[in-house]
Amino acid sequence: MRVLMFGWEFPPHITGGLGTACFGMTKGLAKNGVEVLFVVPKAHGDEDQTSVRLLNASDVTVDIDHETERSYWDRVQYMEIGSNIIPYVGPEQYATMFEEQRHATRGFHSSVFAPRYEFSGKYGANLMEEVARYALIGSSLATQYDFDVIHAHDWLTYSAGIAAKETTGKPLVVHMHATEFDRSGENINTDVYAIEKRGMEAADLVITVSDWTRNIVIEKYGINPDKVITVHNAVEPSDKSLDEYERSGLKNKVVTFLGRITYQKGPEYFVEAANKILQVDPSIHFVMAGTGDLLQKMIKRVAQLKIGANFHFTGFLKGNDVDQMFAMTDVFVMPSISEPFGIVPLEAMRLKVPVVISKQSGVSEVVEHALKVDFWDINGLADAIYGLCKYKAVNDIFRKEGKEEVDNLKWEYAAKKIKNVYELAINKN
Amino acid sequence: MRNLCFYFQVHQPYRLRTYRFFDIGKRHFYYDDYNNRITMQRVADKCYIPMNKLMLKKIEELGNKMKFAISFSGTGIEQMEVYAPYALESFKKLVATGNVEVLAETYSHSVASLMNKEAFKMEVAEHKRLMKEIFNVRPKTFHNTELIYSNEIGADVAEMGFDLILTEGAKHVLGWKSPNYLYVNAINPKLKVMLRNWKMSDEITLKFAHETFKVDDFINWLNSLPKEEEIVNIFVDYETFGEALDASTGIFEFMKYLPDAILKNTDFKLVTPHQIVEKLQPMGVFDAPIPLSCRDEERDLSNWMGNDMQDDALATLYGCFKEVKASKDEELMRDWRALQAAENFAAMCTKHQGGTPYDYYINYMNVLTDFINRMK
Repeated sequence: MRVLMFGWEFPPHITGGLGTACFGMTKGLAKNGVEVLFVVPKAHGDEDQTSVRLLNASDVTVDIDHETERSYWDRVQYMEIGSNIIPYVGPEQYATMFEEQRHATRGFHSSVFAPRYEFSGKYGANLMEEVARYALIGSSLATQYDFDVIHAHDWLTYSAGIAAKETTGKPLVVHMHATEFDRSGENINTDVYAIEKRGMEAADLVITVSDWTRNIVIEKYGINPDKVITVHNAVEPSDKSLDEYERSGLKNKVVTFLGRITYQKGPEYFVEAANKILQVDPSIHFVMAGTGDLLQKMIKRVAQLKIGANFHFTGFLKGNDVDQMFAMTDVFVMPSISEPFGIVPLEAMRLKVPVVISKQSGVSEVVEHALKVDFWDINGLADAIYGLCKYKAVNDIFRKEGKEEVDNLKWEYAAKKIKNVYELAINKN
Repeated sequence: MRNLCFYFQVHQPYRLRTYRFFDIGKRHFYYDDYNNRITMQRVADKCYIPMNKLMLKKIEELGNKMKFAISFSGTGIEQMEVYAPYALESFKKLVATGNVEVLAETYSHSVASLMNKEAFKMEVAEHKRLMKEIFNVRPKTFHNTELIYSNEIGADVAEMGFDLILTEGAKHVLGWKSPNYLYVNAINPKLKVMLRNWKMSDEITLKFAHETFKVDDFINWLNSLPKEEEIVNIFVDYETFGEALDASTGIFEFMKYLPDAILKNTDFKLVTPHQIVEKLQPMGVFDAPIPLSCRDEERDLSNWMGNDMQDDALATLYGCFKEVKASKDEELMRDWRALQAAENFAAMCTKHQGGTPYDYYINYMNVLTDFINRMK
């Protein structure tokens, strides 16, 4: 079986969970004997005139020395389409960022807070235009290759998926990693909503990353429940041990939030819970790792609460720094307001870090050894964090059992379910 | 003869390096050595050396008619000792002439006067010790960081044994009164208060860079002052000469001809602040119930305190004064002094365009957390 897959980010150039998920998923599919043609939009600073690059395994900077990785690359072809599409950015933000970069002056550069996107200047200043361009190139690409099914990840690629389906008549599976309601609350961008809805309606089957997301898709988009199937994300097992990393230099417990600092992730609740805990135990330290449009607001709030000596910001972390952060963490917290899945707690558990997660997350459906609270319940959140910091017994159990639990959530199994969906879609067609 | 008093500030803070959360508890070095070194050496080459040379020459030419005052911060002297000892030697030579009054101030260019009386006293005592050690002088005139002053601060300063303080001739405090007289503190009249003539001081620092400002303009202005006004105080950063205002603006030529022109074409003579107290009678009370400074149009404290980040940082820093003091640890004391520099809190100010106040706050608090952690 061969699948044409449209994504929008791929390791190592990732800004969030989707790239990691796609990587794990394609690996899992390869193990299940599925071949993947992976297409991503990407703007390089030094592009040539061809808009599509077909990449060999050697061009992708992931670890391919591994024997299993090699067999993986035999089954995966990876293509990049020149484009400015940026993950996790809505049309309005895209326009602002584009303007900002145009006006960027020296002296405003912040060294601590990283990710800056480089617009190559070759493409449009409008995200919707880019989506359309991606669709156009994607559909012409579809006619040049042979495959059995099309798989599109999130709204940015749905138009490409639909176009490919129309030109080739192959079945389409769309994958909802996040809905517009997760990203924006109730104030949704209606254009994005429309694309999501159209994508799911045009698809033969819809995969959602959790039942939480499945419910949103059915209730808020009116998609026929019969064609929506939940396949929970998984996590790559890691042979890494925290012993390789430096432990925290603080003599006290460290509680960490790690993610984009945006509405969806509920950073406010973390700050408020930290404040409550510090009233009781002023020795605990809190870290907010990541960046996002609410960062300044969070800094201001921390200063206003006068807890700056116990509440730290690291800016955006990636690669080794993430694991380094986990190595210094005693409790990991994900207070998301609406989290379709949420892979970061699994990464923490994999490294034996106990976690507190919100009930409004997909990941809470699959893990048992985590404390689960409602995101809005600041007292409950504070209680759970405090308990894991203070009571050794529960902490020990979570570290041990949590790791075991996560090690059994393999992409290989999740990919098998995805393969079943493909088969269903092909037969349906 | 009327009196004209020039006084200059020589100061460099320790600039902090990027200090991440990951460094807390592991690495206790907080400073951007490279930046501190090149800044000190650049300022030494562009300003301290040529300006000292010029002033020394004027003293040789004019003898006792050439008098002025300098205030050195402790952190400035420390860095000069390490990175530009030749500049420090040249300052020593200048002070040794006896024509330069060395002022007292806080060691770290801190705002301790607003936060903790005991910490303030310690700052002043340490500065006093350093002035004795470096220049073998005992300063008698006090000048607070950025001319920050209130009735209470004045009373504290009097308690420390000073009989003269310099501050800003802030319009909102003076009202109809002129800054060109000697005043007294509102709580303790034994402390005399001398006021900076900000209009003329700013004329030099701000106007010079943008338009033509000649020695004659300055002379004409002096001669236009009412005859009964007794004293004019010009206070500018020493770094104005050659650093803030490049040599190409002609600032050195201005300073070269100005003293001669004053002596020749006006009825003013050049004096040091403390000479004034010995000579003049105060004209009234300078009443400042609310602290003032020489910064910004408002002449208030908002450059260093008032927003949540500044207040949190200041409260946290001065909150650990007792522990620092009790530690009697020389390394902790050094860092304590560097962390007090007013520049740290000014960098968290959100009033002005540009800068990265949020980043600065985060970085500063990381350093502070490590600092506090070391005392546990």
